[in-house]
Amino acid sequence: MAAVTETVEQVQAVADGKYKYGFVTDIEADTAPKGLNEDIIRFISAKKNEPEWLLDWRLKAYRHWLKMPEPEWAMVDFPPIDYQDAYYYSAPKSDTDGPKSLDEVDPELLRTYEKLGIPLQEQERLAGVAVDAVFDSVSVATTYKKKLEEVGVIFCSMSEAVENHPDLVREYLGSVVPYSDNKHATLNSAAFTDGSFVYVPKGVRCPMELSTYFRINAANTGQFERTLIIADEGSYVSYLEGCTAPMRDENQLHAAVVELVALDDAEIKYSTVQNWYPGDENGVGGIYNFVTKRGACRGRNSKISWTQVETGSAITWKYPSCILQGDNSVGEFYSVAITNNYQQADTGTKMIHIGKNTSSTIIAKGIAAGKSNSTYRGLVKIQPGAKGARNYTQCDSLLIGDKCGAHTVPYIESRNRSGRVEHEATTAKIGEDQMFYCQQRGLSEEEAVALIVNGFCKEVLQELPMEFAVEAQKLVGISLEGSVG
Amino acid sequence: MTEVQTFVDQYGAAKAVLPGAGLPWLASLREQGIERFAALGFPTRNMEAWRYTNVRPLQKVAFAPAEPAEGVQIAVDHGAAHRLSFVNGRFRPDLSNVGDLPAGVVLTSLATVLAEDPESLKDHLGAAAEDDGESFLALNTALMADGYVLRIGRGVVVEDPIEMLFIGAASDKSVAYHLRNLIVAEEGSAAVIVEDHIGHGEGAYFSNGATEVFAGPGARLKHYKLQDEARAAFHLHGAFVRLDRDSAYESFVLSLGARLSRNEIRTVLNGTGSECFLNGAYVVADEQHVDNTTFIDHATPHTDSREVYKGVLDDKARAVFQGTIMVRPDAQKINGHQLNRALLLSDKAEIDAKPALEIYADDVKCSHGATAGELDDDALFYLRARGIPEQQARRMLIEAFLDDVIDEITHPTVRDAFRDKVSAWLAARHEEDR
Repeated sequence: MAAVTETVEQVQAVADGKYKYGFVTDIEADTAPKGLNEDIIRFISAKKNEPEWLLDWRLKAYRHWLKMPEPEWAMVDFPPIDYQDAYYYSAPKSDTDGPKSLDEVDPELLRTYEKLGIPLQEQERLAGVAVDAVFDSVSVATTYKKKLEEVGVIFCSMSEAVENHPDLVREYLGSVVPYSDNKHATLNSAAFTDGSFVYVPKGVRCPMELSTYFRINAANTGQFERTLIIADEGSYVSYLEGCTAPMRDENQLHAAVVELVALDDAEIKYSTVQNWYPGDENGVGGIYNFVTKRGACRGRNSKISWTQVETGSAITWKYPSCILQGDNSVGEFYSVAITNNYQQADTGTKMIHIGKNTSSTIIAKGIAAGKSNSTYRGLVKIQPGAKGARNYTQCDSLLIGDKCGAHTVPYIESRNRSGRVEHEATTAKIGEDQMFYCQQRGLSEEEAVALIVNGFCKEVLQELPMEFAVEAQKLVGISLEGSVG
Repeated sequence: MTEVQTFVDQYGAAKAVLPGAGLPWLASLREQGIERFAALGFPTRNMEAWRYTNVRPLQKVAFAPAEPAEGVQIAVDHGAAHRLSFVNGRFRPDLSNVGDLPAGVVLTSLATVLAEDPESLKDHLGAAAEDDGESFLALNTALMADGYVLRIGRGVVVEDPIEMLFIGAASDKSVAYHLRNLIVAEEGSAAVIVEDHIGHGEGAYFSNGATEVFAGPGARLKHYKLQDEARAAFHLHGAFVRLDRDSAYESFVLSLGARLSRNEIRTVLNGTGSECFLNGAYVVADEQHVDNTTFIDHATPHTDSREVYKGVLDDKARAVFQGTIMVRPDAQKINGHQLNRALLLSDKAEIDAKPALEIYADDVKCSHGATAGELDDDALFYLRARGIPEQQARRMLIEAFLDDVIDEITHPTVRDAFRDKVSAWLAARHEEDR
């Protein structure tokens, strides 16, 4: 009883604005006290007016999380995380129930966006792109909602979905990434604050690319985004996710969970450009990006395609995966991971073939420069029932400089003779003759590297939607600045 | 059941009578071994290196220490120029024929050296087999009783293959023996070593072996191994290879037998210009489990490695391939290539492969490839369209698939002998199918 009373008092205290912490931008945020315990989870849940079942689910996850050891198998190295030294809830302060249009958005917030180079108004005008901007943890602006509503597509924040579409959320939340999945995903299940929710009804082809920009802004606030995308029978949706974060000195934990569900004949294309703050050239600061992304091809002839360009974060730990349950379903994974300075990336995919005639393609390109380490880690599993399953994997690594490392750790498990698995991997540096050729034609060393690396990544970059492809190409160059000479 | 304590007790009982007892340096090596083994216990599937190989079946058998099986008589082909034979891990002079070896070559058994000239082993025994959490190696160090010792003096070339015959003789009692072999090839020397591990009888036995190989500057070694143990046997062997500058090591492991086998080869390319070729093939059926684990450590610049493993699985057989190519910082100008392919003939068979590249230098060319699948339908159709019955066509394709890797054996007579072994295995299988 005492604990509950305390929680109520804390909620009250926060509501009264007694807990004020320094923010980089001058936004007054409601912030839960530092640390994580059951009360904090109750606080988050209460703040979001969640139903009982969701709170129970969060608590179940939290209790399980306490018992889980830290995963240590990845080729990344960092000091132990002090989970009690972070804030688990911060929301930009709003007057009443949050803004309904851009005009209602805190002007301070909008200026931060402009500093980041993505003014919302412009985004809004960009043809065919609806932006659901997540600033810290609560969605502050959602656009193009009407147009989507006309065709029946639900695109909203997770909090809204819990309120307005509880049945859908309850049916699918945790159905791909269960609450007990792994340490980071379980933490997310316990403490997730917000995220995006998409439901595309039967037979609907989503009329525009959906995109969300995640920003990490409040110091010491771990971001625990939860994204859930459901493509009902015969539907199609393309979802874009991109991230930037302002400079900061302390490591920030980001443990997001993305769940995709594709039913019969449905297709989901999920693209990511991740350029969070990677730390400075001495390896100080930067984001810890521990993300669990998984898609379930539940229906026949369904398809899930992951494309990612990972250039940011001090540490990336991310394995977007496909569970190919439905017969004839297709999984794809296209990845570029660039590391520079002291960045560490351990990323890859899992393709689990369960249904008949399922096929998967994995194209992963890793580029390591400076003193960084880049690892591809992937699993291809053909289950006994996956007759005629097919996988093709290609992993190439490019090394720039003699102090970096590039690693490939694939796991192949085949239990069906008619399954065909092919895996190829290469590691090399940029050819001296390629560099000579470019420089001899007047390109600077840096331009030459950017050009060659872009060529190396082309197979993946061309999978990105137009809006991202251009940005990604520029990013490739920017990420490798200072890596030569 | 065999518990960790079973072996600890066996060690306690045997340490006073094990070969070399009374040598302080060896006693301390053995002590360290048993302590490590007791601390590590049997590997479990939670350990990354043992993720796909479960040693529970081994633990379920009660193993007694092997006794010299004097009574076992085996018809040995006396054609070999040089041969040492071991039955249940003990040297059998009556089945051996050292033959005429050039001056500067020592070929004898470990127990003999420990009795006559133990100090000559001090620099090498345990020097290449590094203890990094390998419990079976630690157990071997504690209980090693015999094995072969081959020393090739500076500049000496042994022309004829040196054969080592290891016979596991099953009796009513399941036995365990711990073979320890040592090859020291001095500067500029060369030799061909062929190990045959075969079974005699049907019962279970456990052959726990470790071989240390030192190749001096410019030495050239060919090390071939046939594992054709009894179907109830357990065969867990490790080869630990150190290569000095400009030396070359060629290995081929053909696995046909045993219920559970694992061949682990750890090669350190420890001098510029050194190169290694690790190849192998396996053909398994029923409920056999075969594990090939290799680790190639490019510790110095200008070193090359090449690796090809291929195998065929039928029935409920399981195969594991784990191969790591490691390039150390500043080890530039490296070529490292690896390929492993598996052919699955049954829906109950399983292949688990984990080829890994771990690279910390930039001026390298490293690659690996892995495939798994069934026989090519088109190829099968082509043969059948030309009037070849299906069974025969399948066998032709399987043989062709394996021929590729057997061709990697550079010694012609060994190559032919290994190819014949595979053909005989397939022919016997073919008969069964009729």
